Amino acid sequence: MKPRAFQIQPQDSVATLLDDAAEGAIDILGAKPQEIRLLEKIERGHKVALRDIAASEAVIKFGVRIGHATQPIQRGNWVHLHNLASDLDERSGSLDLHSGAPTDTASAYV
Amino acid sequence: MSDPLTDSWSGYLRPDGRKGVRNLVLVLYTVECARHVAHAIAAGEEDVHVIGFPGCYDNAYAIRLMLALARHPNVGAVLAVGLGCEYTQPEKLAETVGASGRSAEWFFIQQAGGTKSSVAKGKESVLRLRDRIRRETPRVPMTLADLTVGCECGGSDGTSGLAGNPVVGAFFDLLVDAGGRAVFEETVEMIGLRDALLSRAASSEARQQLAGAYDKAERYCRAVRQWSVSPGNFAGGLTTIEEKSLGAFAKGGTRPIQGVIRVAEAPRGPGLWIMDSVPDDHFMQFGYTNPNDTEGLMDLISSGAQIVLFVTGRGSVIGSPVAPLLKITGNRATYRALAEDMDFDAGRVLEGELTLPQAGRELLELIVRTARGEPSKPEGLGHREYFIMYKHQNTPGLEAGCRA
Repeated sequence: MKPRAFQIQPQDSVATLLDDAAEGAIDILGAKPQEIRLLEKIERGHKVALRDIAASEAVIKFGVRIGHATQPIQRGNWVHLHNLASDLDERSGSLDLHSGAPTDTASAYV
Repeated sequence: MSDPLTDSWSGYLRPDGRKGVRNLVLVLYTVECARHVAHAIAAGEEDVHVIGFPGCYDNAYAIRLMLALARHPNVGAVLAVGLGCEYTQPEKLAETVGASGRSAEWFFIQQAGGTKSSVAKGKESVLRLRDRIRRETPRVPMTLADLTVGCECGGSDGTSGLAGNPVVGAFFDLLVDAGGRAVFEETVEMIGLRDALLSRAASSEARQQLAGAYDKAERYCRAVRQWSVSPGNFAGGLTTIEEKSLGAFAKGGTRPIQGVIRVAEAPRGPGLWIMDSVPDDHFMQFGYTNPNDTEGLMDLISSGAQIVLFVTGRGSVIGSPVAPLLKITGNRATYRALAEDMDFDAGRVLEGELTLPQAGRELLELIVRTARGEPSKPEGLGHREYFIMYKHQNTPGLEAGCRA
């Protein structure tokens, strides 16, 4: 069985992985079922781009803007802290991509 | 077969007319210095719970919160224990609880003669109180219309907004339709959703309250430069506070929101309510909002919720005093890894094994079994974490505040 992801609203530009997935084909369930090709490995709970998104364009999930792209994103890319930032939270661009740990307070650990 | 939507079970009638699903003695301590003695008094007693306030300098918010927990429907009697030097007054707490028709006693450790004598005195007191409430508390039939259930989420991941919170939302819809009260909080996790939130208001008054609570939450987050999203959320696949907010808001189901209550206030009628637990910008430049999940649960219990729900994608092992906590996860791997602590596997919705309405119904059945006395997982494990800290919220109107 191919790994699966779930798209909540038809206008969403990202879907959430229901299984850990390697580069390759996955099934999108939910609002607009389709098959797409992941360009890289994505873990369960994380997001994949369903279409190309330009830098500074809004990223849509649940039908609502969840932030903006900080660089161009291609359909099939992992969408996370390296290419999506909050419109409000100024720390969101400085977090470690894999652990989510803060990097801007690193100098306090002495 | 019985129907949990209409079934009744036996509850404990309190003097204010509210009904409890447990019959507890609560030990309150009024400063960190009295904590050891308070816990030693309750040690080994299933139905004696402890909460307390660590500060020596008192705080009106913390006093209101402790009194709301002491006069909670699940609590029948109270023992207040102080050291003897602190601002917060155990005698006044006991007097105020006594005025609600409950039995309440108090003492100072400095007057009781130290640790051993205080523990012995306290044990004698809680056993006497327990005997009395076991004998004297009237048992009455209770249904979903008598139930208030609170929910918050913590340790959220990508499954929380897809399964864990929507299942609670489905249950909240059933509870509200049955005439019960549902409360959710975390307005700092509604950031980015102003329009969606206001569109759910049941009345123009509710709309005004929601706008006020939302605007304060956003102002607060900007002022303290803290947004309610953490490394564990990021590692679980959530990227921004806006994204987390949408998932968190799903626990509110689909019914109209009746209005905003504040900490230590009960809902003013049946239906779905939002609790505002964000500090008011009075002094200390706001202070901090809830620094951990446990304080959020304390706040929800202070609304009179007899049972509280906690949705956690990544897993957690907390429990709560006063009201049983049920832990729900939308992440099957988390459910398997922490099966001994998790009460409900909402991940079955993502696996296609259950529909959302079926899961909401199953959660309702679990909640009714818990109301009937079946211990929740954290209850069975003896988890009773509590957290009461300094905060400022403007004094609520008396009519909306305490139910004496």
